[in-house]
Amino acid sequence: MSAGRVAPSPQVPVKCLVWDLDNTLWQGILLEDETVTLPEAVLTTIRALDARGILQSVASKNDHETAWEQLHALGVAEFFVLPEIGWGVKSASVRRIAEQLGFAHSTIAFIDDQPAERAEVAFHLPDVRCYPAEQATRLSGLPEFTPATTTVDSQQRRRLYQAGFERAAERASFAGPDEDFLRSLELVLCVARASGAELSRVEELTLRTSQMNATGVHYPDAELRRLLTDPAHEVLVATLADRFGPHGAVGVLLVHKHREMWHLKLLATSCRVVSFGVGTVIVNWLVDQASRAGVHLVADFRPTDRNRIMEVAYRFAGFGEEECACHLVPADASPGVLRLHLTPAPRPAPTTMLVEAPDLAEREGMQPP
Amino acid sequence: MTTSSTGAATAQEIEQELSCHLEKRTKRSWAPEEDLFASGALSSLFAMELVVYLEKAFGVMIGGPDLRMENFRTVRAMSSMVLRLGGDAEEGGDA
Repeated sequence: MSAGRVAPSPQVPVKCLVWDLDNTLWQGILLEDETVTLPEAVLTTIRALDARGILQSVASKNDHETAWEQLHALGVAEFFVLPEIGWGVKSASVRRIAEQLGFAHSTIAFIDDQPAERAEVAFHLPDVRCYPAEQATRLSGLPEFTPATTTVDSQQRRRLYQAGFERAAERASFAGPDEDFLRSLELVLCVARASGAELSRVEELTLRTSQMNATGVHYPDAELRRLLTDPAHEVLVATLADRFGPHGAVGVLLVHKHREMWHLKLLATSCRVVSFGVGTVIVNWLVDQASRAGVHLVADFRPTDRNRIMEVAYRFAGFGEEECACHLVPADASPGVLRLHLTPAPRPAPTTMLVEAPDLAEREGMQPP
Repeated sequence: MTTSSTGAATAQEIEQELSCHLEKRTKRSWAPEEDLFASGALSSLFAMELVVYLEKAFGVMIGGPDLRMENFRTVRAMSSMVLRLGGDAEEGGDA
């Protein structure tokens, strides 16, 4: 991954808060004191962040079994994903948590009562935001812990991730090729024209999904809402489900339909479903739709140090930089945005999932000539 | 990771290492001309892993125009691309 790191600003929402335990989450030192207590105000914070879709984890120097049992006894174990309880350095714990979640360090926060622990994490992971324990009960009032929107998906985000870890465990124990494993999940991808209610899910997705947001352009709710009623634009939301349950909204597309060319202005997919090949499936579905409509495709792409996988998805689907008269149709690209072009041909349906989607060519007739 | 002791890697060495990697990753073996993407089921994540693997293992940089499926479709195609880009198994490692 290349350099060019930008210090996280309060505008970057925190996606996961990693808690220290002794004298931070609970009062007392588990291996020294007879009892530890969980302050009511801390519990309130945990519940509030959980409802906002902010994941929470643990990095604690403790005996794993004892500490995990204590979290159960306090009735809060279920709130924490991927707990790191052991005797290793905390920067390594936080790094592992970020890695397993697929989150950028700039979206991780760490809270600990020990200045030395915060310094150790900050030294090795300068993008992780560190907070002293005294701030625990004030976190939910900070802008970085206050997402612009909370949706059905954010309220169940932790459970979505927990189901994801169950899948991952099953995948790790699955002996056959990945492709067979994917088929065993019975994946159903549903692409639908967004309705008003789905738009906040979309907005959250474009804001949260740094890895797979091809254009790096954030479309605010109002802008997408305006485009909903524009017959020349398609605002599409993709949801995914499998036999373990729903994954929620996992992708968003914004397509501007010109007469001879469709302009893919935005494609963002959740990093949670990257390993299912959802990005590729969506791109291939759109290519097939464009082929049926007899139009060329142009996709915007702004390379960043985190979205190369999206460039791979586009290029492997056949997008390239060749000149075509249809490039001239959309207004000039913003600086740094590549316009990738493709002349579509029919694509076979994927073998790993069922795709339920509308026929985009149908709306052709509604367009002005 | 195996590295060549003689410097510049030959097509054969590259193909061997690549086949070995693919077999570990996909849990099946691949003939040099076999189409990895024929079923359409391999994800962009797998493609991305291949790109990163080739760059690390053979010390090449794969730029945008080379990120075409044709260059990754078979073990042989990848090996040709690596050779064309000046690949050298000596640079292999997890740097």
